[in-house]
Amino acid sequence: MFDKLRQNKSFQGTLLVAPTLVFMIGLLIIPLILTAVISFGERDSSGGVIYSFGLHNYYKLIGYSTNCDSGASSCFDMLYVQILWRSLTLAFQTTMIVISLAYPLSYFIARATPSKRNTYLFMVLVPLWTNFVIRVYAWMMILRTQGVINGILGAIANLLHIPFAPLEMLYTPGAVLVGMVYEFLPFMILPIFTSLEKIDNSLYEAAADLGANSIKTFFKVTLPLSMPGVVAGTILVFIPVMGTFIVSDLLGGQKVILVGNLIQRQFLDARDPTFGSAASLVLMVMTLIVTYFYTKKFGFGEEIIVA
Amino acid sequence: MSDFAVELRDVVKSFQTPEGGWINAVDHVDMKINNGEFFSLLGSSGCGKTTSLRMMAGFEWPTEGEVFIAGQPQGKKPPFQRPVNTVFQSYALFQHMTVHQNVAFGLEMEKVPSKQITERVGKALEMVKLSGMDKRYPKQLSGGQQQRIALARALVKLPSVLLLDEPLGALDLKLRKEMQLELKSLQREVGITFVFVTHDQEEALTMSDRIAVMSHGKVLQVGPPIEIYERPNCKFVADFIGDTNFFEGVVTGIDDKKVTAHIPLLNSTLVGMNTGGVRLNDKVVISVRPEKIRLTETCVLTYNCFEVNVKSSAYIGSDTRLEVESERQRIKIWEQNHISTLDPRAYHQGEVKAFATILPENALVLPAE
Repeated sequence: MFDKLRQNKSFQGTLLVAPTLVFMIGLLIIPLILTAVISFGERDSSGGVIYSFGLHNYYKLIGYSTNCDSGASSCFDMLYVQILWRSLTLAFQTTMIVISLAYPLSYFIARATPSKRNTYLFMVLVPLWTNFVIRVYAWMMILRTQGVINGILGAIANLLHIPFAPLEMLYTPGAVLVGMVYEFLPFMILPIFTSLEKIDNSLYEAAADLGANSIKTFFKVTLPLSMPGVVAGTILVFIPVMGTFIVSDLLGGQKVILVGNLIQRQFLDARDPTFGSAASLVLMVMTLIVTYFYTKKFGFGEEIIVA
Repeated sequence: MSDFAVELRDVVKSFQTPEGGWINAVDHVDMKINNGEFFSLLGSSGCGKTTSLRMMAGFEWPTEGEVFIAGQPQGKKPPFQRPVNTVFQSYALFQHMTVHQNVAFGLEMEKVPSKQITERVGKALEMVKLSGMDKRYPKQLSGGQQQRIALARALVKLPSVLLLDEPLGALDLKLRKEMQLELKSLQREVGITFVFVTHDQEEALTMSDRIAVMSHGKVLQVGPPIEIYERPNCKFVADFIGDTNFFEGVVTGIDDKKVTAHIPLLNSTLVGMNTGGVRLNDKVVISVRPEKIRLTETCVLTYNCFEVNVKSSAYIGSDTRLEVESERQRIKIWEQNHISTLDPRAYHQGEVKAFATILPENALVLPAE
C-alpha cells in the first residue's frame, strides 16, 4: 500500500504542497472571504457584525451620502478618498526615492571586490536586526522638537548668536516619507544588487569594445539588464508601504492618516469591522491594479530570460 | 599602411597575486602579426595568451612595453578607440536585445545612419548564415548560432584586426570542426587580420597561417603550422604540439648535419638531425614523432635500429598504436594501416620481437632544459 503511494508522483506532489496549502486556505483564503462578506454587512451597537448585504460601507468610503447638511439629496465627502489618494502618492514617492537611493548604492556594492562586497551587504542588513517599531521610534528621537537635529541646529545657532526656533519636523508628511524610505531601503537594495551582480563582466567589455562609453553602456546594457531587480524591489517596497500604519502612526500622528491607519482604527478604536473590511478590500484592489499595470509595462523581468 | 597589423614590443603584464606578490602573466613578449594573417596564440591555461589578446583589445594595459596596432602605439587607449573588435569566449551577447539589435549596437555607437545600419547588419548576418533570424533573441538560438552573432557583431564594425578569445571553446566537437573551417574561409573572404587564442593545438594547426606557442608568459616559437610540428625549437613545443618520443642523452659526436648522442636508456647511440644550439657533451633530448618510426622484421639501417619488445598493440581503425620497449626505453610507434587485411600480424598483434628504425632526419636533437 505504501509502496504504491510512494510511486505515485501526483500523490507526492500533493503531499509536498499540503502544509502550505492548509496554511494558505486557513489563514489567507478563508479570512479573505470573511472580510469580503463582512464588508457588505452592518455594525451593531456593540461593535459586532450584522450579516446582511449592502454597499453602504463602500458608499461611505467614496464619501457618497444622501443625508447632507446642505439639504441636497446627495453629496460627497472626500475625506476617505483623500486618505486613499494620500496613501497611493506616498507609496509612489517612497518607491521613487528608494529606487534613486538604492540603485547607485547597489551598483557600487556589485562592482566592489568580493570581500568588500560582503561587508557592504552586511552593513545594509544590520538595521534589519533591530525591531521595526524601535527603528521608527529612533526617527522620532531624531526628528522631534527637542530631538537630535534641532539640538545640533540649536547649538550651531547659539554659537553664531542667531535666534533659533526649533523646526517642526515630526508629525508631518515629510517625516512619514523619511521613515518609509529608511524602513524599506534594504528591500530595494538587495534585489537590484542581485540583478547587477549577475551581469557578466564580459558584457561591459563587449559594450566598450563596440564603441560605447560608460554612460551609453549604463543606459543600453546595465540598466535594461538590471530591470528585473528594480521590478522585484518595487513590488517589495510599494505593496507594504501602501498598507503599513506603524510609520505613519508614529511619525505622522493625527496629521498624516493613511489607509493602513484608517483600517486599524476601524477595527480597534471605532469598532466598525464592516467599514474596516471594506477599506481593506479597496486597498487590496488598488494595490493589485497598480501592480498589474506596472508589471504589464515592465514585466517581472523574466522576459529577459525566456524572451 | 603599416607592415604589421599588430606588434607587441617587449611587452610585460604583471598582476598582483592574492598573497601580495607580483607575477608576470606576459613576460617580455615580442610579436609581429602580418596584415591579413590568421594568427593563433596557442598554449595551456595561464600561459599569457588571453592576457596578450586583452592588451591588444585594450581591456588591459601593458605594465611595460608597447602594443602597436596598424603601426600606431596604443598606450592606454580604451577599447572603443582602437580599430579592433573582440569575439568573447562567453560570446557576451546582450540578452535583452534581438539579434539585429546586438549586431547593430556597434554601428549605433558610431552614429552610422540607420539606413546603412540595416544594410550592413543584413550583410553581416548573411555572411554568418543567420539571415532571417534578426528578430530572435540570443537565448532562442543554439550555441553555434550565438557564436555566429558574436562574430557578426564584431565583423560588422569592419575592424582592422579581429581578436578571438577561444570562440569555439563552448561548442561540441562536430560543430567545432565545422566552425573551424567556416571561420578560416570567412577570414579569407573578408581579408581581416584574425588573432585567435586557443588551447587546442589541432584547432591552431587547422586554421592558422602562423602560430605563436606560449608558455609561462613567454613566446617559445612562432611559425607556420608545418614548421611548429615538424621543427619544434625546444622540448616544450615538441611535447605540447602533437605526440612525441623523447630520448634523453649526451652528445658524443657532432657535424654540420648530424648529431650523435649516447642514450643510456637505450644502451646505445642515436643519430639525429642537427638543428643548431647543441655542442659536444651537451645534455640533449631527441624528439621523434611516433608516426615517424618504422617497425620492421629486420634492420633497414646499420645504425638507429633497435631490437624491441612489443608491449601492447592497439588497433584504432586508421592506425595501429604500439608501445614497445628497447632496453629500458619506452617508445610509442603509430603505424598507418595502409593495407586492408585480417591478418593480426599486420597489426603486430601477438608479435614479441621486432626492429624499430629511426631515420636521422626524423630525429630532432634539442637542448635538454
